[in-house]
Amino acid sequence: MKAEPIASSQVGWTPLFGAWLVAASSLLGALFLGEVMELPPCVLCWWQRIAMFPLVLILPAGMFPLDCRVIRYVLPLTLAGWLVAVFHLLLVAGVIPERIQPCSRGVSCKEIQIEWFGFLTIPMLSLLAFTLIAGLLLFAQHRMSR
Amino acid sequence: MNQKYIFGIAVALMVGVFAAATLVHDSEKSTRRDEVAEQNRSNLVRAHSPTLGEAEARVHIVEFLDPACETCRDFYPYVKQLMAAAPGRIRVSVRYAPFHDGSEQVVKLLAAAKLQGKFWETLEALFAAQPNWASHHNPQPDMVWNFINGIGLDIAKLKVDMADPAIDAIVRQDLADARTLNVTKTPEFFVNGRPMPSFGYEQLKQLVAEELNSQY
Repeated sequence: MKAEPIASSQVGWTPLFGAWLVAASSLLGALFLGEVMELPPCVLCWWQRIAMFPLVLILPAGMFPLDCRVIRYVLPLTLAGWLVAVFHLLLVAGVIPERIQPCSRGVSCKEIQIEWFGFLTIPMLSLLAFTLIAGLLLFAQHRMSR
Repeated sequence: MNQKYIFGIAVALMVGVFAAATLVHDSEKSTRRDEVAEQNRSNLVRAHSPTLGEAEARVHIVEFLDPACETCRDFYPYVKQLMAAAPGRIRVSVRYAPFHDGSEQVVKLLAAAKLQGKFWETLEALFAAQPNWASHHNPQPDMVWNFINGIGLDIAKLKVDMADPAIDAIVRQDLADARTLNVTKTPEFFVNGRPMPSFGYEQLKQLVAEELNSQY
């Protein structure tokens, strides 16, 4: 076993912490919208939740002690969530025609339940969060591999 | 370790903000519900609404219910208990809120049974048999006929009445009033026009006790 160069790998902690902050805020935000404001989540929202919620627990497992392999474990989930968020946004924007949308039951994924500042919708927040997390993870990897 | 501190503080802060936001949101919602109920008192009960209890009773419970709703079934004996505990002082009116797919037919059956003076008997029979015809929030309106035989309903007349546009208008009216009053779940109770601060049997009991105190 090779001794890890502690000093250089520790610099990866901060971006991982940043990614966790984004994931944890998304978790609490989604729970607030769903459980407190009682907006029913549509099918695509559930798929994004499935990708987002585990990050909140898996990331800290790789932060204490710092283990850069955690990036390998959370990046696929993040990318999967990112793709669903892109699909969702295209659906809302009307780029993807309604007939191929996967949600026929319950809440329509096209329905805009919240629009903050005139443009910020829930799927947009989700895409923003997944993009930030992916960026921070790649940044952490870049720092740690040096 | 420093990092563990930072992480711990972040967790505590986020949970704190979430809890505070939840409290603020809930109290605002409760105030808003009170206001909505206050402004729409005339939508609370209609002449067609089935009512149980003495006409001069000063505490009036209005219940929005769905015969396919399991919680409505659980609350039914509770409401009866509340009435029995204060004889002659409480009356109950029922509003139709068929929120389950398929329960609209069953609600029409209830409205038609009311024309034969058998509303409460039919409601009780439907609740008693609910696990058979509406298990797991999946009402089977065609099955209810098997469970209302013992009441003495004129089934032929019932079927004619169920198709009557007047019955349909009653259900539409109740659904429209539910929307105006922000009723989205069943059962929902209003006691002398006041909604429950949060959902629960204790909250209903408390609200009824408050109204009994102020009215008698």
